[in-house]
Amino acid sequence: MPRALRFPAFACLAAALLLVIAAAGAQALTFPALSGRVVDEAAILDLQTRSLIEQKLAELEAKSRIQLVVVTLKSLQGTSIEDYGYQLGRHWGIGQKGENNGALLIVAPNERKVRIEVGYGLEGTLTDAVSRLIIENAILPRFRAGDFAGGVTRGTDDIIEVLSGNAQEWKERAAKRPEAAPEGVDIGTIILLIVIFIIVVRMMSRGHGIRRGRRGMWGAGPPVIVPGGWGGGSSGGSSGGGFSGGGGSFGGGGSSGSW
Amino acid sequence: MTASIRRLALQIPLILTIAVTLAGCGINTIPTLEEEAKAKLADVNNQYQRRADLVPNLVETVRGYAKQERETLEAVVNARAKATSVQITPDAATDPAKFKQFQDAQRELSSALGRLIAVSESYPDLKSNQNFLALQSQLEGTENRIAVARRDYIEAVRAYNTELRTFPGILWAKTLYAGHKPMETFTVAEDVRRPPAVKF
Repeated sequence: MPRALRFPAFACLAAALLLVIAAAGAQALTFPALSGRVVDEAAILDLQTRSLIEQKLAELEAKSRIQLVVVTLKSLQGTSIEDYGYQLGRHWGIGQKGENNGALLIVAPNERKVRIEVGYGLEGTLTDAVSRLIIENAILPRFRAGDFAGGVTRGTDDIIEVLSGNAQEWKERAAKRPEAAPEGVDIGTIILLIVIFIIVVRMMSRGHGIRRGRRGMWGAGPPVIVPGGWGGGSSGGSSGGGFSGGGGSFGGGGSSGSW
Repeated sequence: MTASIRRLALQIPLILTIAVTLAGCGINTIPTLEEEAKAKLADVNNQYQRRADLVPNLVETVRGYAKQERETLEAVVNARAKATSVQITPDAATDPAKFKQFQDAQRELSSALGRLIAVSESYPDLKSNQNFLALQSQLEGTENRIAVARRDYIEAVRAYNTELRTFPGILWAKTLYAGHKPMETFTVAEDVRRPPAVKF
């Protein structure tokens, strides 16, 4: 092989290898559609329980902007509930963007596993220890008796109670948490462009009268670029009664149990 | 004067065009991905630190109920001391030897903690102690956060290393960013490992 060709060939091989490793590492999980605040894929909840819980969850978000979603799964697809949980939370983007104030109550009846998955912004309120207590005291005894509706209802009630008890505290904490830079054009670039623009305008205004007309044209509509994603979180669940995640993220906080 | 202004007015859009074109060609991709990977490494470090911070409390609680398990307790204390002394800075992430040292130290603490939790199973009083239960759930949660942080880091490093080795990133990697080396990452074997589950 000619020397000039050897390196690109190697690069191709390395890239292919990395792709294979990546594909093997991140098993492609499939996630149910986010059809509402209660996603009952495993069909273990009756209609009345579901609508009651949905109502409470909607109230919670209206009051505190916290997004809590109850989800029951047919299958964990061979992975652990911890692994599935944070990926599901990220996939749906539960919680407001920038505040990461989302949480999931996940039930996998076929694997006999339950988990409270807590978003970054709520980890200080709904701690691992508190999540464990809710699972052990409110949920598991009812699940062991076969009462899924009761366990999920009580678990949801307890989570809501914990989350609304410290609403003020978590707001302050969420505000302190440093955020990743928004995507798109950053503010520094805009300032730089504006400064350049002003300098150009200034220099031109010192020129002849002919330039005045041009300046006027320029001054009429400076091309202000508004970056996408700037200006905080998008509001979830505001469009026509439908519900959607606000873009929150998860980092593996919470607790699990099995029965 | 007028001519120079006119030339300047022509040059500024040209410079801006060049800047935008270069950005479009991915001149920023390598530093961006590198910063991303470094941030993820900082997350991993934070979570390991969080685990190390839990250990003294956990050891004291277990010692109160299971003095005879001195060996296991000492192993945990020693492993913690070692793990906290071997820190990985973002700049050392390209050094395979240092990275391995870091990973080994943390792995040792993982297995020592695993043994401690396993041993505590045989002490009913300890198992029902509220403080121990709280610490244990925090430890489990932290182990899980470590697993997530590690996976995020692995993914960020994969993107960065791929950019260094593939077109068009390789053009920049060979010229402007010639000093940028691929970053080390965790071996997947330990990543799959889960914290010991405790049944009640």
